[in-house]
Amino acid sequence: MRGGLLGIEGLTRDEIQAILDRARDFQPKPGQGFRKLDLLRGRMVVNLFFEASTRTRTSFEIAAKCLGADAVSINAQASSVSKGESLVDTLNTLAAMRPDAIIMRHAASGAPHFLQRHLDTPIINAGDGTHEHPTQALLDARTILDRGASLEDLRVAIIGDIAHSRVARSDAYLLSKFGAQIVLCGPASLLPHELKYIAPGITLTTNLDDAIRGADVIMMLRVQLERQHESAFPASEYFQFYGLRLEHLRLAKPDVIVMHPGPINRGREISSEVADSQRSVILNQVENGIAVRMAVLERVLGGSATH
Amino acid sequence: MAALLIKNGRVIDPASGHDALADLLIEDGVIAGVGANVSKQGAEILDATGLIVAPGFIDMHVHLREPGFEHAETIESGSRAAAAGGFTSIAPMPNTSPVNDNATVTSYIVEKARRRAVVNVWPIGAITKGSEGEELAAIGSMVNAGAVAISDDGRPVMNARVMRRAMEFACGFNIPVINHCEDLHLSAGGDMHEGLESVRLGLRGIPGCSEDVMVARDILLAEVTGARYHVAHISAKHSVEMVAFAKMRGLGVTAETTPHHFAIADTDMIPYDSNFKMKPPLRTQGDIEAITAGVMSGAIDAIATDHAPHPGSEKMQEFEKCPFGILGLETALGVSLERLLHSRRIGLMRLVELFTTGPARILSIPRGTLAQGAAADVTIFSLDREWTYDVNKSFSKSRNSPFHGKTFRGGPVATIVNGWTVWRV
Repeated sequence: MRGGLLGIEGLTRDEIQAILDRARDFQPKPGQGFRKLDLLRGRMVVNLFFEASTRTRTSFEIAAKCLGADAVSINAQASSVSKGESLVDTLNTLAAMRPDAIIMRHAASGAPHFLQRHLDTPIINAGDGTHEHPTQALLDARTILDRGASLEDLRVAIIGDIAHSRVARSDAYLLSKFGAQIVLCGPASLLPHELKYIAPGITLTTNLDDAIRGADVIMMLRVQLERQHESAFPASEYFQFYGLRLEHLRLAKPDVIVMHPGPINRGREISSEVADSQRSVILNQVENGIAVRMAVLERVLGGSATH
Repeated sequence: MAALLIKNGRVIDPASGHDALADLLIEDGVIAGVGANVSKQGAEILDATGLIVAPGFIDMHVHLREPGFEHAETIESGSRAAAAGGFTSIAPMPNTSPVNDNATVTSYIVEKARRRAVVNVWPIGAITKGSEGEELAAIGSMVNAGAVAISDDGRPVMNARVMRRAMEFACGFNIPVINHCEDLHLSAGGDMHEGLESVRLGLRGIPGCSEDVMVARDILLAEVTGARYHVAHISAKHSVEMVAFAKMRGLGVTAETTPHHFAIADTDMIPYDSNFKMKPPLRTQGDIEAITAGVMSGAIDAIATDHAPHPGSEKMQEFEKCPFGILGLETALGVSLERLLHSRRIGLMRLVELFTTGPARILSIPRGTLAQGAAADVTIFSLDREWTYDVNKSFSKSRNSPFHGKTFRGGPVATIVNGWTVWRV
């Protein structure tokens, strides 16, 4: 299958299921590391990150190497971009070096979608502005499925700065396709009412308790201060009204899991006690990130070498 | 100059209410007469059988980018695009470099247009110095040099007191004050209409209320000052309603809308394609309905293009980095025919009015009529000729149009300015 991966919104349930199933094959056995395979030997991917990122970039790099592909990482902030080169020219230059795929993170929503219209090399979106972060949603789904059989009818609370969250959008698209009930929660100024209509099965609330009540999964989001261009809420009150603390977990299902895409800010959106609790699967998410990205790279780069 | 006899067209002149098959004779750059079976020895004949013959179209809102941004457009190239769109008069906004905020710049534009433009150019001067919204520009001198209105278009006048003073001063020169209505605090950083689409695409929104609050403010100020006040590129439902309300109260309030604002909704955008990025942004189907209703009822007085050329290098970027604005001159009539006439929202007389007497009255310019003795500006167009817009063949120096590749039914056929045929299909 050719073509990159720009977002979850345009994928079918079957396509997503195939990636999630394949990711399970790549998960390490208990107590072991990731197996080194050579499914993508001779292939090359470029990691092009225009925004600071440690975990996603490293995760893609490890995923590529685990499959035997060569991975080149470029910190775009320190490259020709700072010399005034346009995004299209930067991408065309890299594409001329014939990588098999470009993995890209950019602060502008839609940057990879815009570029893909002008570029044959498949692009894998590693996060575009406040739009989508498809591999995050895939690893979140893999992590939820590791604990249960199905996503259907699960009650998933996504809490925090929804307006600026590409994770919330991708997660909502994915979970909706599988019939989950999604509750989006945050201060009203970070929770545009139109969110209710971006996919079926979404409800909104500004009340943290209401969001958590009966939840199977709680996903906390970081407050993206770097994307806020104004004070949309009183910062000093955030933890009081939207920070996840141990007492909240009593409202959820007994086997609730707590997730966070990271990096976490202890004491801002999540208390240390919750982050370190038995209910937290934050580190499982990180591990699944590699397995899921292996499945995505395999899908995008296809089977045998083509050139 | 040889006389020109336009034969057998359907002559429509909203100024007189004329709508009949007739011949139109032009002599010495003026309308010599309209009537059945006119003949004139030695006149050049233009057969307009099956075509509409109307007063020359007026676009009261364009950006010609000269002086200062000649890589995007010039007075000459913009005027050629206008002619190809059936426009015989255009009014360039002052956001050039330098800003047209004094008589020297106004005179430069007038003089350059006299030598290079193929259509009439009626400059609009700035309201404030540098269009910075603080100190009033040299308004009276600009009017004396040829400016027909004032506007800080591209930027709103944010300070209500400055707006009030501008309106008061403009009264003394009988010119309209045109405002780009956008409360910058409400629209800050937005790239498209605030709604489901912006939320879905993760783009920052420009809410309809950012336009509404300024239209409301300005209407109140127009009442206080008695000024002639004009809303540029009206795009939001409540703004249309408020203009209708102001008219009901007898205020000197007018409004224009653009073809793209009644033709394209935010949901029709190609995601992250900057050919769909402009201010005000493409709004919802509900706003389109309100604008169309305003065009039908008379709340909206004119169709203007807000022709805003930008070179490819600026439009080929991340959506949030791209400048606002699209071309409009060459597609305005085709879009308007499709959305207003063929869809039976308005009749032909009203359509012509929106392009002629409507803007002529607002700007108080002696155009927009086929009365005997009037300047011979004539637009000849077809209601059924199929044609496809190829932006790469545009007369504009820029290529930023969302209508590239679109097929239209009906459009301009010939454009005559002061008796000269400046463009033919």
